Amino acid sequence: MQLTEKHKQYWQKNLRLTGILLAIWFVATFVMGWFARDLQSFTILGFPFSFYMAAQGSLIIYVVIIWYYAFAMNKMDRAYGVHEGDD
Amino acid sequence: MATQTQAQFYSSLKKYYSFYTGGFIAFVIIVAILEQMGVPNKILGYIFLAATVGLYAGIGVMSRTADVSEYYVAGRRVPALFNGMATGADWMSAASFIGMAGTLYLTGFDGLAFVLGWTGGYCLVALLLAPYLRKFGQFTIPDFLGARYGGNIARSIGVFAAILCSFTYVIAQIYGVGLITSRFTGLEFGIGVFVGLGGILVCSFLGGMKAVTWTQVAQYIILIVAYMIPVVWLSVKHTGIPVPQVAYGYVLEKVTAREKVLNDASTPDGAREAAVRAIFKQRQEAAEGKLKALETGGAAYLAEEKGKLEKAASDLKASSAPDAKAIAAAEKDVAGFPADAAAAKKAWTGAANAAKAKTGPIAAHAEPFSGKDEKTRDNKRKNFLALVLCLMVGTAALPHILMRYYTTPSVGEARKSVFWSLFFIFLLYFTAPALAVLAKFDVYTLLVGSNFSELPSWVGAWASVDKSLMSVTDINMDGIVQLAEITIGGDLIVLATPEIAGLPYVITGLVAAGGLAAALSTADGLLLTIANALSHDVYYKMIDPHAPTTRRLAISKGLLLVVAVVAAYVTSLKPGDILFLVGAAFSLAASAFFPALALGIFWKRANKWGAILGMTAGLGTCMYYMYMTYPFFGVNAPQWWDINPISAGIFGMPVGIIGVIVGSLLTAAPAKEVQEMVDHVRYPNLEGSVSTQTV
Repeated sequence: MQLTEKHKQYWQKNLRLTGILLAIWFVATFVMGWFARDLQSFTILGFPFSFYMAAQGSLIIYVVIIWYYAFAMNKMDRAYGVHEGDD
Repeated sequence: MATQTQAQFYSSLKKYYSFYTGGFIAFVIIVAILEQMGVPNKILGYIFLAATVGLYAGIGVMSRTADVSEYYVAGRRVPALFNGMATGADWMSAASFIGMAGTLYLTGFDGLAFVLGWTGGYCLVALLLAPYLRKFGQFTIPDFLGARYGGNIARSIGVFAAILCSFTYVIAQIYGVGLITSRFTGLEFGIGVFVGLGGILVCSFLGGMKAVTWTQVAQYIILIVAYMIPVVWLSVKHTGIPVPQVAYGYVLEKVTAREKVLNDASTPDGAREAAVRAIFKQRQEAAEGKLKALETGGAAYLAEEKGKLEKAASDLKASSAPDAKAIAAAEKDVAGFPADAAAAKKAWTGAANAAKAKTGPIAAHAEPFSGKDEKTRDNKRKNFLALVLCLMVGTAALPHILMRYYTTPSVGEARKSVFWSLFFIFLLYFTAPALAVLAKFDVYTLLVGSNFSELPSWVGAWASVDKSLMSVTDINMDGIVQLAEITIGGDLIVLATPEIAGLPYVITGLVAAGGLAAALSTADGLLLTIANALSHDVYYKMIDPHAPTTRRLAISKGLLLVVAVVAAYVTSLKPGDILFLVGAAFSLAASAFFPALALGIFWKRANKWGAILGMTAGLGTCMYYMYMTYPFFGVNAPQWWDINPISAGIFGMPVGIIGVIVGSLLTAAPAKEVQEMVDHVRYPNLEGSVSTQTV
């Protein structure tokens, strides 16, 4: 079957969202990890910042990334008419 | 149940599991009352293990099925929330439940690689794989490779890789089951393994994925309750706040301050630590001296040393007032003397390393990549990041996890389900670092500096169970405990927390039940993956595509039994190091599956030859590096860029990706039908497109 313009737009938007969220994931994991020694001088709730990020902060970011992706994509499915029937 | 709508099914599930949770709490209270009435601890341990395994068996029997779709994918009607819990239990193994807090205790910041890697990987699952695999909607991961890349070659490599990484991983789980069963019932390890195996099989044998799903939900509830109670209690004890995850920042500050005192020889506590370290330094030098003399003197030196010991013993006996204790000690020295040069070298090298480990100052818990110079620190950082990446990509490639997203009713539910999965995993993973810090605070402030005559009771209790888990010796004979005199094994932290927090034995039993739930649930998911790869992908898809349903299921169940027995047998031989086995499984999965799966969805041009080249090259590179550098195999070749063998996937993944790209571009583009299939999986609902789902 031939994909319509609308379908192509849906996929482009999906790719863009995926890319942005992966970039956030990358920063929260690898950029934070690379600079961990430089980021330990200030504290948050008593934790050195880099310890807090690796033990909690980045994890919370991951949970939010996945929540947002599910929310945004399920909404976009309906907007582009590619959602599933009954759920 | 077939006539119910999904909404009714969901609400009755919520009702069942609420009742179940309430019932479980009531059960724990009853056991607590029994304990107060004076029932011995061993009986309580049996009650806990029997009741929980009995419960799983009950769910397993109730979920028995003769329907192919129910057996392989739980009928594709598991709501997002419950699939999240099941994935959580499937995911969190004995290594997460028992080992992780201990690893964090021992390694501080650097251990957080496991926390990051085992949670962040779900971002890749959610964004790159789960919704698309759900839309594809068949039974196994090799199914996707077979359909996307055509023919049986890609599928076969997928089957081989799925079995390789799942089998490596399942051995670590069964090991955990055996350890817990033997520790809490007093059975021998080998028997514990097979008793635990019975527990695994009752969950999965009759009902396949359907039974595994519903027992995993039950197991998640037990394991999270069991993990939280002691940590919350410990947090109240030290901070007065019942939310350990928030409160432990201030405890960490105190731990850091205490580390500085203990490392500073000008304080009284620090001076005592320094004295103990100096003794260890002497021991290290003594052992190294003996090693050197052995190298030059050989067997003659060995005989001479043994002669000295024998003479000392006979002198003692011949003395005018023989001291029985001293004679016994001297004779023990003679009996324990290494028999030949090889044994002597091994014993003394071990002694030198053990003493050396105690000579350095305490590593700061919160400091990332601590090391004596810039090079060591850079090396640690590099390995930390490499391990994080391997664990993350491995998460997004382990078949037993990806398979779980086939079981949701729709693509939308699959997306939500990944969120719930990570949420439930997160609950445990952001508690583990808190537990490590709280336990460390307890040891650094209450145990260190106390008198040997009045050690807390848990120290003695665990030291008598297993010296490698807990031992305290008064090295400098001052009657006071110094940190360097304590040896703690990682697994102790979770197992002993209830006692450290001063909780009754019932909570210890609960923690054991939680650890067992974690190991059983993961082992179930893995065994099912292996058995399904053999029965569905090899037998049904390649050997006999016309096999009737009853025969397919009979073969599936038979293979499950065979695989389980083989895995238990291999485990009872106690191969290798558990943490390495787990890490190896992730590196193998990351190298073999991830490139072909992700590119198969996001790059239409990827074709059969690309997938074959990428998977074999990626897996091959990873296995080659492990074989060459992991000491177990005895080759010990130099490492590439100082990367540890556990992170072998760091080389396998890029080779795999390049392999897929090069192989695809060198050969013709995939057929039109395949490209249409890719479009089909990209859109949750595409009118008029091909259908791939097997009902």
